[in-house]
Amino acid sequence: MDTLLLSRIQFAANISFHILFPTITIALGWVLLFFKVKFSRTREKRWMDLYMFWVKVFALSFALGVVSGITMSFQFGTNWPGFMETVGNVAGPLLAYEVLTAFFLEAVFLGIMLFGASRVPGWLHTLATFLVAFGTTMSAFWILVLNSWMHTPAGHELRDGVIYATDWWAIIFNPSMPYRLAHMLLASGLTVAFLIAGISAYRLLRGDRGGDAATGLRFGIILGALLIPLQILAGDMHGLNTLEHQPQKVAAMEGNWETQGNVPLLLFALPDEEARTNHFEIGIPSLASIILKHDPAGVVPGLNDFVAADGTVTHPPVAPVFWSFRIMVGVGMLMLLASWAGAFLLWRRGADNLPRPYLWGLSGMSFAGWVATLAGWYTTEIGRQPWLVNGVLTTEAAVADVPAPMVLSTLIVYLAIYAILMVAYIGVITYMARKAAKGEPLPRDERTIGAQAMAVPAE
Amino acid sequence: MMADLDLPFIFAALLGLSILIYVVLDGFDLGVGILFPFASEAERDTMVASIGPFWDANETWLVLAIGILLVAFPIAHGAILTQLYLPVAVMLVGLILRGVAFEFRAKAPPKHKRAWDIAFCGGSLMAGLSQGFMLGLYIMGLSYTWWHVGFALLTAVFLTVAYSFIGATWLIWKTDGDLQKKAVKWSREGIWGVIAGMGLVSLFTPFVSERIFDKWFGLPQMLYLSPLPVMSALLIGAIFWKLRRLPMDADSYAWVPFVATIALFALGFAGMAYSFYPFIVPEALTIYEAASAPEALSIILVGTMIVLPTIIAYSVLSYWIFRGKATKLSYD
Repeated sequence: MDTLLLSRIQFAANISFHILFPTITIALGWVLLFFKVKFSRTREKRWMDLYMFWVKVFALSFALGVVSGITMSFQFGTNWPGFMETVGNVAGPLLAYEVLTAFFLEAVFLGIMLFGASRVPGWLHTLATFLVAFGTTMSAFWILVLNSWMHTPAGHELRDGVIYATDWWAIIFNPSMPYRLAHMLLASGLTVAFLIAGISAYRLLRGDRGGDAATGLRFGIILGALLIPLQILAGDMHGLNTLEHQPQKVAAMEGNWETQGNVPLLLFALPDEEARTNHFEIGIPSLASIILKHDPAGVVPGLNDFVAADGTVTHPPVAPVFWSFRIMVGVGMLMLLASWAGAFLLWRRGADNLPRPYLWGLSGMSFAGWVATLAGWYTTEIGRQPWLVNGVLTTEAAVADVPAPMVLSTLIVYLAIYAILMVAYIGVITYMARKAAKGEPLPRDERTIGAQAMAVPAE
Repeated sequence: MMADLDLPFIFAALLGLSILIYVVLDGFDLGVGILFPFASEAERDTMVASIGPFWDANETWLVLAIGILLVAFPIAHGAILTQLYLPVAVMLVGLILRGVAFEFRAKAPPKHKRAWDIAFCGGSLMAGLSQGFMLGLYIMGLSYTWWHVGFALLTAVFLTVAYSFIGATWLIWKTDGDLQKKAVKWSREGIWGVIAGMGLVSLFTPFVSERIFDKWFGLPQMLYLSPLPVMSALLIGAIFWKLRRLPMDADSYAWVPFVATIALFALGFAGMAYSFYPFIVPEALTIYEAASAPEALSIILVGTMIVLPTIIAYSVLSYWIFRGKATKLSYD
């Protein structure tokens, strides 16, 4: 394997591992704020218990997000120097603003949020919780601005092979940014909704009668049921935006080779780039045309439009984009089914009497948000290839000239560590859930001592 | 108006400031991790409690430093980091291990706690050693000869010792009882490593190039530089003297070694910065050759001037909130 492919796999591995944790912390920060405010208002123990359980998950996820994020910031330099050399004048300020306005905010106030409760007035602790949630969201904002700009660059000019910013407003509010940001924030919300619902369901199955498990279950299901229709809408609008700006990506998502009308929505197919056709197609006639053009005869661009006269392919690899997209949509549909069925059952039977098979199903979906989020990112990021910055810089042109064996060795180390940490992360959350279900105190944790003190009357 | 400013110099200064703050702040919490094997299990909990609220923000200064390098000097960023590919990877693995071990050791099943303690210490050690290695290789001009690598291995050991030293002085300030006595003992031993390390770097730096030699020993430059070694010697003397008397009644002056060590680190850093200026890649690329477009730099500068004081203010607030002895964070 060559340096380019290895560097791509390494960056993909790092960014995939990294995004799992912000996907949790972005929304979980706001959820914790909600739990805390709810407790201050009602003084009901279950809200504090919920806060205490999930703040630990937050701290753990935050740490994993920080360390994997640092790794990425270094890899720009070690593996992709061409990125900064070419588009640094745009990417640099955006990344700088992320560090300055978000990263420090989160990091400093996280310390106060985690163990400052006994040392600062109640309002300041709530403010710290708010600032942490706000910081994670700001961080997502700046990163998604940059990522969106890489898909739909605007507000810049090219001089002597280097990009210069001409209009910061156009750069920040580039055409795909609002859709991508909304789609990602909702993805975070859904990930957290199903994580809380799933882990709470698991605790109930293990006989948890603490009160907060049932509350968490209800909270997760309702949050999921509210967000999923919004997400389907946001996803659809994001897709239409992509059709306008990156038609080759939509063509790959649909597995559509020829520009034509009456394009079917393929439920299954094996795209074959050699033969430039699909095998074993199963589809619903004209549905893709209806979704994308709101007209059964609507003409949808095809992949064959993106092959130059000399045979150079300028569209992304088809099969990975085609399949990632189907996994994302499939998980989304499952979420719709699970959360709405759950909302119906809650209404009929209450949170303490949900059928066990449903609870098992829900606990199996605890990390469903991760699957959908990753599949969505693979769709959009692989769908941008062969470009790193659409129409400006190819991925190949940005890679560092580091010997392939060196990249391979670091890749193996990263993969091993990520695998261990993934097992440890899921293992610890499950362990905490089992402890909570037995009503045992969680392991001694000097980081949440302050929060412990909050359960004592705090004004 | 912005165009009149010496933007590359301003950003070089900001970069230097970020690195210095990082080395001091993450230095003490990495140092605490490096000292882990010498402490008992209960002491380790206190040690972690003493850095718990801070480590995350401390590490953010590294992200800021690398961000400024990336943003303001993109060519240097690529040149330096591709040369340091492996040590950077070792450092990142170390930072990952210790960062997550912080959380896992407190939340994982008790039987796994020991393994996470090892990850915490091992990760801190990897980060310290690799940063020291990078420092040595940077001084030697970022090229891999046996001679340079040998020097870098020495600086790796000495920077690690320096981190453990500032970590020990932090513990003198933030703990009491047996752990504080132990920390005093660690500091008394560690200071020899700091002296040897600073001596080694001072001995070799002027011989890296004629230009630096002239900056050190030419006249009148030598006079401008002379306060650095004099003040460093005075500080080392003060730390020495204080360490012999600590801990004192009513815990007076427990903060002195830590604060004096910060000043010592700052002096050492100033000496380095003085020697290498205006080069960002030693003897190859100056800050003016490597700087980004002025438009990009000025838009960052505006934000930085507003945000950086705010960051410093709330960081100070955080240290003030968590002032006092770390043991007070316990359940009692």
